[in-house]
Amino acid sequence: MIGNFMETIRAAFVIARRDFTAIIFSKSFFFFLMGPMFPLGIIIVAGSLGSQVSRDLDQPVIGVALSAEQSDQLLVAKTELSKKLGDRAFPELLMLPNISPDATDMKSQLDQDGKSLNAIMSGSLEAPLLTGSARDVNRWKGKIALLAETALSDTITVPVKTDLLAQTGSSNKRNQLLTAQAGQAVLILLTMILAGMVLSNLVEEKTNKIIEILAAAIPMDAIFLGKLFAMLGMALVGIAVWSSLGVIGITAIGGNWGALPSPAVGWPLFCIFMLLYFSMAYLLLGSLFLGIGAMATTVREVQTLSMPVTMGQLLVFFLAYSSITKLGDPIEWFAVAFPFSSPFAMIARAAQMDNIWQHGVALIWQALFTMLIIRFSVMLFRRNVMKSGPSARKNGLWKRLRGA
Amino acid sequence: MTSITTENAIEARQIVKRFDGDTAVDGIDLTIKRGSIFGILGPNGAGKTTTLRMLLGIIDPDEGERFLLGSSDPISKSHQVGYLPEERGLYQSMKAFDAIAFMGALRGLPLAEGRKRGRQMMQDHGLGDAADKQIRQLSKGMAQTVQLLGTIVHDPDLIILDEPFSGLDALNQGKLERLIRAQADKGVTVIFSTHVIAHAERLCEEIAIVAHGKIPFTGKVSTARNRLRPQVHLETRNLDGPWRSSIPADCEPLGHNWHFTLPESGVEPLLHALVEGGAGIQSLSIERPGLHDAFVHIAGEAVAKKMDEDAARDSLGDVA
Repeated sequence: MIGNFMETIRAAFVIARRDFTAIIFSKSFFFFLMGPMFPLGIIIVAGSLGSQVSRDLDQPVIGVALSAEQSDQLLVAKTELSKKLGDRAFPELLMLPNISPDATDMKSQLDQDGKSLNAIMSGSLEAPLLTGSARDVNRWKGKIALLAETALSDTITVPVKTDLLAQTGSSNKRNQLLTAQAGQAVLILLTMILAGMVLSNLVEEKTNKIIEILAAAIPMDAIFLGKLFAMLGMALVGIAVWSSLGVIGITAIGGNWGALPSPAVGWPLFCIFMLLYFSMAYLLLGSLFLGIGAMATTVREVQTLSMPVTMGQLLVFFLAYSSITKLGDPIEWFAVAFPFSSPFAMIARAAQMDNIWQHGVALIWQALFTMLIIRFSVMLFRRNVMKSGPSARKNGLWKRLRGA
Repeated sequence: MTSITTENAIEARQIVKRFDGDTAVDGIDLTIKRGSIFGILGPNGAGKTTTLRMLLGIIDPDEGERFLLGSSDPISKSHQVGYLPEERGLYQSMKAFDAIAFMGALRGLPLAEGRKRGRQMMQDHGLGDAADKQIRQLSKGMAQTVQLLGTIVHDPDLIILDEPFSGLDALNQGKLERLIRAQADKGVTVIFSTHVIAHAERLCEEIAIVAHGKIPFTGKVSTARNRLRPQVHLETRNLDGPWRSSIPADCEPLGHNWHFTLPESGVEPLLHALVEGGAGIQSLSIERPGLHDAFVHIAGEAVAKKMDEDAARDSLGDVA
């Protein structure tokens, strides 16, 4: 049993080494490395779209700690102004009746993550105090003044005092959400670009009849596994080159690395998880694509299969992306548990939750599922392409199960 | 996985293979001893390749069981086996010596050792200059030689060659025959399939005749030939006389020539009767039947004709 497994791994590395060197030392690999110039543009567009989505999904909430009478006046003013300027023009107002307008612990109220408040308006309508992060306070100061002026039905300008704090629970969450989105976007993009290449990976062997030599010499699982390893290796080389160029480029133009919002698990671990989850996403989707591609007999068939496969990929990515703001919801749990979306959902978790052990469980689950897909793909390949009969091993197992 | 302790390189019991309802191999029994050169003869489509693929574990039979070097899981014995498929295939971008090393590595030979042996083997076969060329730069014959060397680079105990002579010119066919003999001299079991009887007749100690997915004969070449009586070719001065009773009654002359099967009594009584009976012998030859005659006798006229056509097509392909 262990001997068989070791032989499969040994044989897989023979295949992987051949494929890897054949790819790396080919002229086309240079063009492959140049490829991301186009996706780079897509990343920039997707990033701005993502931030728009983020703004849309994350409706800001301002806590209101005013007297009951002034709170009502403020709500009436917001309703009036919203009719003219639209609902999205103002933040959501959450009344905080239990907090005194003159309380001095507004910062501590903000730091309680559960409330998800961007800022708190306290004091009075005539002299409001806005407490929050510099980003949120600067964003909403004008609107708060406008609301107060409308509530007072006065023409005088209301001066809004501000009390700034370094980071609120909400802004921390939002930053981590941005990291989650960025991490997931990178993972999705890389997987989308690179995993699809596996689809046509067995065509050469089939058209050149090399498959016959391979199938007679090593277990079919080793062929599939070796091809996946080679393609993963090639993808990692590409990523290493692109990342290095990216780091050099950003540093050269004076980019501030310290300004990046820190993920919940910290940057070093997050980077490791990015690598691991990319590998798992690649192996999961790659094994599926390899299995599908192996059924195809010509390059044309592979091309025909590419479209539905890409659609399937997109569905998985949408699932993961839609669950990013719904940590702990059933849809997010589904994205975590569903093997193909699991790596993407988990990298979002790594950005937003500091729980480490869940990643170990997820990685094991994803690895097991990869092996399952490979086994299933091999079974289909042997039966449908190689036209093999029932496996001798299976027969043996069946006999043993029957006690024969 | 089942294994049996056996002196046999191959043992197949009632193996059956169907493709889309058509039976390609229909309950074959086959036993091949270690250390022999064994030929599998039959026309294209008889089931030779399917049989070999099942024996090697490339595909599993629908029914029956097979053992390769004593194991029911042939892939587990792949380090001891070399296989040259009928449809040759190599990675076109690989260098020749690397292709040999890769094929060895698949079967457990360390890559560095494979490269060293690959270069040496190419040198030994007069292809030293081509060792660093890519496969796509080699002629068809050279590429076939590279693949053959890759089949034996890891010093296997059992070599299985599917139609190895197909596509080779006479010179390379001769080289291949010498290589097969050299391997057999080292104690390696060599099994090859062919639709050219002459190769089997020259090389094999034992053969299996495959026709319509079945094996109507398996055994020694001499046993197959002995199934037929020797043929007598006689030329006489006289067309009639007492001597006529010594040859089959239904034998009709072609001019003064007579062709008939040697009577059970043997050569001496026949010769005596011909001389004593006044046949006036001009010439007399007794021919032992060849494997081709035995094949026709065992597999039938139609199968033999089909195989002759395959062989002719093959040689035309070589010329082309």
